[in-house]
Amino acid sequence: MDFDLTEEQRLLQDSVARLLGDKYGFEQRKGYMKSPEGWSREIWAQYAELGLLGLPFAEDEGGFGGGHVETMLVAEQLGKAIALEPWIPTVVIGGGFLRAGASAELRAELVPQIAAGELMLAFAQTERQSRYDLNDVATTAKKDGSGWVISGRKGMVIHGDSAGKLVVTARTAGGQRDHKGIGVFLVDAKDPGVTRRGYRTVDGQRAAEVEFANARAEAVLGNPEDGLPLVDQVVDETIVALAAEAVGCMQVAHDMTIDYMKTRKQFDRPIGSFQALQHRAADMLVQLEQARSMSYFAAMGVEERDPAERRKNMASVKAQIGRSARFVGQQSIQLHGGIAMTVEYACGHYFKRLTVNDAMFGDADYWVRFLANSGGLVAAA
Amino acid sequence: MELRFNEAEIAFRQEVRDFIAKELPKETHERMLAGKSPTKQMVVDWQRKLNAKGWAVPEWPVEWGGPGWTLGQRYIFREELQQAPAPQPLAFNTNMCGPVIAEFGTEEQKKRFLPRMANLDDWWCQGFSEPGAGSDLAGLKTRAVREGDHYVVNGQKTWTTLAQHADWIFLLVRTDPNAKKQEGISFLLCDMKTPGITVRPIITIEGGHEVNEVFLDDVKVPVENLVGEENRGWDCAKFLLGNERFGQARVGASRERIRRLKRIASTESMDGGQPLMQDPDFARKVTEIEVELKALEMTVMRVIATESKRKDKKPDPATSVLKIKGTEIQQMCSELLMKAAGPYAWVDGDPEAEGSNDIDVAPDWAFGLAGVYFNWRKQSIYGGSNEIQRNIMAKAFLGL
Repeated sequence: MDFDLTEEQRLLQDSVARLLGDKYGFEQRKGYMKSPEGWSREIWAQYAELGLLGLPFAEDEGGFGGGHVETMLVAEQLGKAIALEPWIPTVVIGGGFLRAGASAELRAELVPQIAAGELMLAFAQTERQSRYDLNDVATTAKKDGSGWVISGRKGMVIHGDSAGKLVVTARTAGGQRDHKGIGVFLVDAKDPGVTRRGYRTVDGQRAAEVEFANARAEAVLGNPEDGLPLVDQVVDETIVALAAEAVGCMQVAHDMTIDYMKTRKQFDRPIGSFQALQHRAADMLVQLEQARSMSYFAAMGVEERDPAERRKNMASVKAQIGRSARFVGQQSIQLHGGIAMTVEYACGHYFKRLTVNDAMFGDADYWVRFLANSGGLVAAA
Repeated sequence: MELRFNEAEIAFRQEVRDFIAKELPKETHERMLAGKSPTKQMVVDWQRKLNAKGWAVPEWPVEWGGPGWTLGQRYIFREELQQAPAPQPLAFNTNMCGPVIAEFGTEEQKKRFLPRMANLDDWWCQGFSEPGAGSDLAGLKTRAVREGDHYVVNGQKTWTTLAQHADWIFLLVRTDPNAKKQEGISFLLCDMKTPGITVRPIITIEGGHEVNEVFLDDVKVPVENLVGEENRGWDCAKFLLGNERFGQARVGASRERIRRLKRIASTESMDGGQPLMQDPDFARKVTEIEVELKALEMTVMRVIATESKRKDKKPDPATSVLKIKGTEIQQMCSELLMKAAGPYAWVDGDPEAEGSNDIDVAPDWAFGLAGVYFNWRKQSIYGGSNEIQRNIMAKAFLGL
């Protein structure tokens, strides 16, 4: 049991923190948000320089050879800056599918492009009716000669508008909610069968509605008849990043709140001198620390070999992170008072990211219900 | 970063588990499995077994019988005792007074008290709180006036846990009434048989007798029973209260409760013709607690990891979570257990007393559960109430 970082991990963390400290102030972020893509190509190039875009790939494939702890460290820093770039969709989700589901040839082709910042990926999974259920897939994949063609509609594809390629779940067999018969496919976003409509999400990210009309799949990732276990694995790995991102956001929202409580005066004294507010701030710290603990647990629990146990681990992470994020986010607004209600003030933007983060791949309620239905974490005596 | 226990720690856990399985008397285990407190004799017998093994005083220096364990091992040991469940070494002896004597006491005091403490030859109790000094402990008024080779102590202590069993009491007393609150306090050791000591039971809301009032009228305490310097007793008190911060989380105890809760709710307790655990609302409440407990367990790991390396003894901010969350989780467990028992949780009676379910009103698994629920409301009050914990967090960690 050792929570110390290795020298390499510390260097990685520091270099990301330094870059974001220089380039990702709240005002700078506003500028990036106004750019046509809604995020910064310049920053993306610097992520590439730092090795963040090749982070989870093997070194002999052109990557950085990072593990889940490295993912956690980077995601936490990105959370602190509420960074807008498509790092999680490209590197964590897309990268996860490539590592676990792609042929060596395909990785040899794509990993260098991703690591260099030339190729962005997005995960086209959610459908109108699916909410958070990964097995609820109506989009179809049909055999066409030696390949597959995809038809259907995907929504809330995070950073789907700027992605060069889309990782798409589609049904190859069975009914809409069957666990078997789901395949994962790689589709070029410029394929004539793909239509995209981009928009902004409440937390400042970009997303797209994507229509597939006999779009040609470039590759199958994993087993086209039984791809759900691969999806589950990659989503579980993504929860490591989401948890850490949330911890980064919570840390800043909490710190901002404490600073404000020390400077804002009412009734001739700093509002931080009022015990009612002090106790709320202490409760925020409790929630933050519990979340941080679960973020560490995520990096460990995702390595569980039994997929059912791994899923339970990650469900508990999502549940705690979501509960903490809600409390810290809401209270950071409340303790600031009116100022945090303004769009000009950063705190509300952290709250918005935390709110979306909780709901990504299922909110706390969803995962508590899942865990309850799976027998929970502690076996009955 | 290595977030798992290493092989040596896993082997150690097994060693502890095997020892408990082999050596814990069956009656003690069964009584504790039923959710009742062990009797005095059970606690004494078990601590002597642990002491013979060299495990009774994990927190003490090796030269005074400590096993020289890492913080991780101490945590594992504690957790295994809690989830067995087995009695823990008596906290007053092993976690509170013993470490204070080992740190601040004279050689003579160490030789005289520590071995008997470790073997539970003497049962100690804690004379800190007073009617007027609860959360504001430094406001204590019990006076000790030096007369020749002894102190004369007058005053009243309260909430003195298991004083009815005690042979000795460690006291915080005021030796300089003119000094600033914290600066006129001394730490004294007092034989409970000394004339002038009266112990009066306090019966708590569930009907149990755990705590007492202790009256001190012209009690003579020899000067050689002063620990540390006169008027520097607050240092001892702070040391004692800061010792073993992760002990308050009681993760193993909560895990044992949840296991029990889930067994009862899956087999014994029915609701609408089905086991209560199949009620989605109830199952979710249990799950929420399990999630919080998992997070707390990881927080404890973090505290152990940082405290193992820390030289300055400054607590990690995560430590403040332990008392608050640890007690909230335990209280919630006690509440859900009571709910699981339904009407059979209501049987009145002293859950500590032997044979108190003799007329077999309630099924064994349900007996006394409301009592435990009522009794456990104490957890967020003692050891520095959870509100005091929040004050400490606001001041020490947040700088408010």
